Formats: sequence, structure tokens, C-alpha cells
Amino acid sequence: MNQEILLDVRDLHVEFRTRDGVARAVNGVNLRLHPGETLAVLGESGCGKSVTAQAIMGILDTPPAHITGGQVLYRGVDLLQLPERERRKVRANRIAMIFQDALSALNPVYTVGFQLAELFRVHRGTSRGEAKRRAVELLDQVRIPDARRRVNDYPHQFSGGMRQRVMIAMALALDPEVLIADEPTTALDVTVQAQIMNLLADLQRQRTMGLMLITHDMGVVADVADRIAVMYAGRVVEEAPVYDIYGRPAHAYTKALLESIPRLDHKGRQLNVIQGLPPALTDVPRGCSFHPRCAYAREICRHEEPPVYQIAPQRIASCHFVREVLGV
Amino acid sequence: MFRFIVRRLLQMVLTFFGATFVVYALMFAYVDDPLQALVGDRPVTDSQRAALNARYHLDEGFFAQYWHYIKGLLTGDFGQSLTGRSIGDMLSQAWPVTIRLALLSIVIAAVVAIGAGVLSGIRRGGVFDTVTLVLTLIVLAMPIVVLAPLAQLVFGIQLGWFPPTAGRNAGLYELLLPALVLGSLVIATELRVTRTSVAENLRADYVRTAKAKGLAPRRVIGVHVLRNSLIPVITLIGVDIGVLMSGAIVTEGVFNIPGVGFNLFRGIRTEDGPLVVGFVSVLVIVFLVINLIVDLLYAALDPRIRYE
Repeated sequence: MNQEILLDVRDLHVEFRTRDGVARAVNGVNLRLHPGETLAVLGESGCGKSVTAQAIMGILDTPPAHITGGQVLYRGVDLLQLPERERRKVRANRIAMIFQDALSALNPVYTVGFQLAELFRVHRGTSRGEAKRRAVELLDQVRIPDARRRVNDYPHQFSGGMRQRVMIAMALALDPEVLIADEPTTALDVTVQAQIMNLLADLQRQRTMGLMLITHDMGVVADVADRIAVMYAGRVVEEAPVYDIYGRPAHAYTKALLESIPRLDHKGRQLNVIQGLPPALTDVPRGCSFHPRCAYAREICRHEEPPVYQIAPQRIASCHFVREVLGV
Repeated sequence: MFRFIVRRLLQMVLTFFGATFVVYALMFAYVDDPLQALVGDRPVTDSQRAALNARYHLDEGFFAQYWHYIKGLLTGDFGQSLTGRSIGDMLSQAWPVTIRLALLSIVIAAVVAIGAGVLSGIRRGGVFDTVTLVLTLIVLAMPIVVLAPLAQLVFGIQLGWFPPTAGRNAGLYELLLPALVLGSLVIATELRVTRTSVAENLRADYVRTAKAKGLAPRRVIGVHVLRNSLIPVITLIGVDIGVLMSGAIVTEGVFNIPGVGFNLFRGIRTEDGPLVVGFVSVLVIVFLVINLIVDLLYAALDPRIRYE
């Protein structure tokens, strides 16, 4: 793996100030992304993974969202310190993003050709005709059949999978070095999911692009990710290469997640589920935020926030009972 | 699209006959002795009555009379008003004035409503939004029968900013005050709808995508949000044209503008059946055509709507 660092998120804090109180969505997240690498950010809804992504892109709605601390370094430059004009040049050019539901994420009243060509016209000053030609090329690259004709269609005229391909084409238009994919396959059915993941993997390989894959689906992650960062209540609780995590999870939460995947060889047995719900972000538990749902929880978990243990060169975990969970 | 237009035109034919029939029936029921109304206070002899009855087909039944009327209408003959003037001539004199007035007030209302609506939609709860909210409430609460004479008194007579009345050949400047009064009927609702629509669209997922594409806020709003937001506003403007037509009756009366509303107003007051039916028939056609245009415009703005 290339050890050059593309994206380096350090101690990121984001909170939402609402009438009902302050919701701490992201509480000191650290993430690194290398060229050509796929980092999966895994977690339940509300764990702060999408907010982290939007903070990196700089597209959080402020108010209510406020970035209260940390750095987002892209090739050493802190994006959070850049003036908005400079920041805009980073979006789509250097760091691009695709969203979960392509139907609502695409503008319904413009053709996909317009929405693709817009990128070239705004960022590169390309002429109308040339931009349109590039749009057709892009649709071709994401394997949309009959691209020349379909470029004039509207988003609602595409199927779900084809729409997500359009989204991908849009994100890759300006050759970004980092692609953030926020649950790109959640809205699709399983066969289409696989096609989209394969397409993403292919395109990533061709471009040695860094891919940050945000998902709650452990099945999607296993096949494509190089590393996994597991998030809980706005923190990264475990980070490790994909094989290590599936083989020997180091955090009680990761372990519980893995045990809650239905398996064919466990047919007829009761499925293990994680008891309770993720904490409300306005009221995150003291100590380890996972302790109310944790099978390993003891007195110390209620009072003391667990430190981040470096358990192997590429592995960290933030749990008081790392050794016990690992079974050493 | 073509089939949709044909179907709508056929529907318009039905609507047209229905509407003229209802208006004709109402006027027929309302005037008990049209001949007495025609000659005024003087007595009518039996022979005169017989002659006039034959001439106006008054001795025939209601349906026969309606049939005679429609026959004339379809050949471009609107007949004569009870004052003996050709209704066709009156229509051709009245419409240009009213069209100018209506266009002016539609444009003023739409420009102000969309401009202010977008601004207050972007900054909801801000000073501008609050001020426009109060102003629109005041305008909404004021009926046009109060607003028109009040505006005439304050701006036309006391302040002298505008001419208090506008004649047959009124220019844009003379029509400005009446157009503002007329426009105030629809401006408040159009503004509120624009504001809500913009606010709603700003939260849409595609706006987040547009931001992620590195577009400037000006382009995000001007290109992406605006077109989506205008879809309900355009429909509303189409409906508002009907409101403007009824409002024109009062406004043209107050400002002495010899347009459609003015003539209709006089026709209703003097129980001039042929005049009222003639003017209303044309109004119905205009209203139907405008609504067809609005529906087509709607499809042009929103590609998800296809008329099959």
C-alpha cells in the first residue's frame, strides 16, 4: 500500500445546535486515507459517519451544524481553514461525493447531461458542445448503454442502478483523488448492489483513487474494503485491516456487530442482536458510550472513557477490555 | 403532447357552452320584462311589443332563444346591447385596455412576489422575511373595494404621484396605480407560495449534491433551486388570472378605465343581458386559453409531467 496520506482527519468535532439542545454528532474522529485504498466507515444510523463525510466535504448546513474542533487535512492543507472560494475548488475537483438515494440527489428538472456538463462548464470553463461530449463519455465509462441518447434523459427515466451510475459518473467527472461514497448501494436491490460495488472498485483501481465507503452493511464491506473504521456515538472505536476485524474483533461493539449477522450454518438458532438502541446524541452516556448495551461492561466502563490502544501496527481499539474481547 | 392539446381543446368547447348557457340562463331569469327595460319609463303599446318580441325572438322559448344567440355568437355576431350599440365593437374597444392592465399587474405581481419570496425563503426568520410577512398579511386582509378607492385617494389625489383616473388610451404610467392595486390581490399568496417552495427545495437532497459539486451559492439557488421552486408558483399564477378578472371589475370601475370589467360592471347594473352574456362569453374563452397555456408551461418546467 502507498504510504502517502491523501486525507487526514484529526480529532474532528461536530455538534448540532438545535432548540432541543446540543447534539454531539462527531466527538474526536481520526481517519486516514491513502491513494488507491478503500477505507470503510462502518456504523449504525446516527453514529456520525455521514456527518463526518459532510464535514470533510464542507457541505454541512450551518446552522444547525457547527464544526467545533479538529482538522481536515487534504495533502497537508487544512480544508477547514480555507476560504469558501478555495474550498469550492476542492469539491468535485479533488474530493467528490456520492449519496445514498440517487433519485432525490439528482435534480429532477434537468437532464443528466446538463447536470454532468455543468461540472465542466463551471470548473473548467469548457464550451457547451465539448462539455456535452464529455458527459456522454462519462456515461459510457460507468457502463450506461446507449449513452449518446440517454444523456438527454431526466433522472426519473433511469432505473435505480442506472441512476446510481449517473451519480458515480458525476462524482468522477473531474478526476478527484478522493471519493466519498455515503451508503451508495443501500437504496438498491442486492444484485444491483454487487454491480455498483464492482463498478466502483474497477474505477478506483484505474485511477488509484482513495475511496471512503460509508456503510452500515458488513456484507458490502467485506469484499471491497482494505481497512475498516467502526464508529459508535461519534467516535471511531476500532480500526483495523479488514481480515483482522472479521477474524478477531478487538472491540466489544465490533464483536457484537459481527455476531448479529445471520449465518446459514446457524440456521434455526436464535440470532444474536445488540440489545437497546444507539444513544441519543444529545445525551451520550458517560464513560464508554457503548457500556449500556455491552456484554463486557463493568464498573470502570461507566466512569472512565476507554483510551485508544494500539494493539498492532495497523490496529487500534478503544475498549477497556481489549484483551478479553480478543481472547488473549 | 399533441393528443393532450386536442383533448383539452375539446374540453374547452364543452366548458364554453356550459358557461355561456349558465350565464344566459341567469340573465334570462333575472330580467322579467326586457322590453320595458329597453324603452325605460315610457309605456309600450301592444303593437310595438309584438314587433319587438318578433325581432328579439322573445315570443319563443328559452332554448330557442339560446339557440339564436349561440348561432350569432359562432358567426362572430354578438348582437346589440340594450342601448343599441354593437357588442362586438364594444368588446374590441374594451379588451386592449384590459389586456394592458392585466399584463402589467401580472408582471408586477410575479416579479415582486418571486423576487421577495426567494429572498425571504433563503433567510427565513430574518428581518426581510418578517417585514414581508407583516406586509403581506396587511395586503391580504384588505378587500379590493377598500384598497382601490383608498389608493386612488392617497396616491392619486392627496400625494398626486399618479393620475387618479385612466382613460381609453391610458399609457403604462397611468395604468401603474390601478395595476398595483389589482396586483395586490394576488401578490401576497404568490409571495408566500414562493417562499415556502424555496425553503422546502433548499432542504432537498439535490441541493446538497449541487453544493458537493463545488457550485457557488448563486448558481445553486439561481439554477437548481429556482426552477424547482417555480413549479407551484406558475400554477398559482394561472389560477390568479381568474382572480384578476373579477378584481378588474372593481378596479376599472374605481379608476374609470373603459375596459372589460368596466363594461361588465355597467351591464350588470343596467340589467343589460346581451352585453353581460357577450362579455362573459369572451372572458370564459380567454380564461380557458390562459389555463391551457399554464398547463403546457407546467410541463415545460417539470419534465416528470408528461401529458399523454
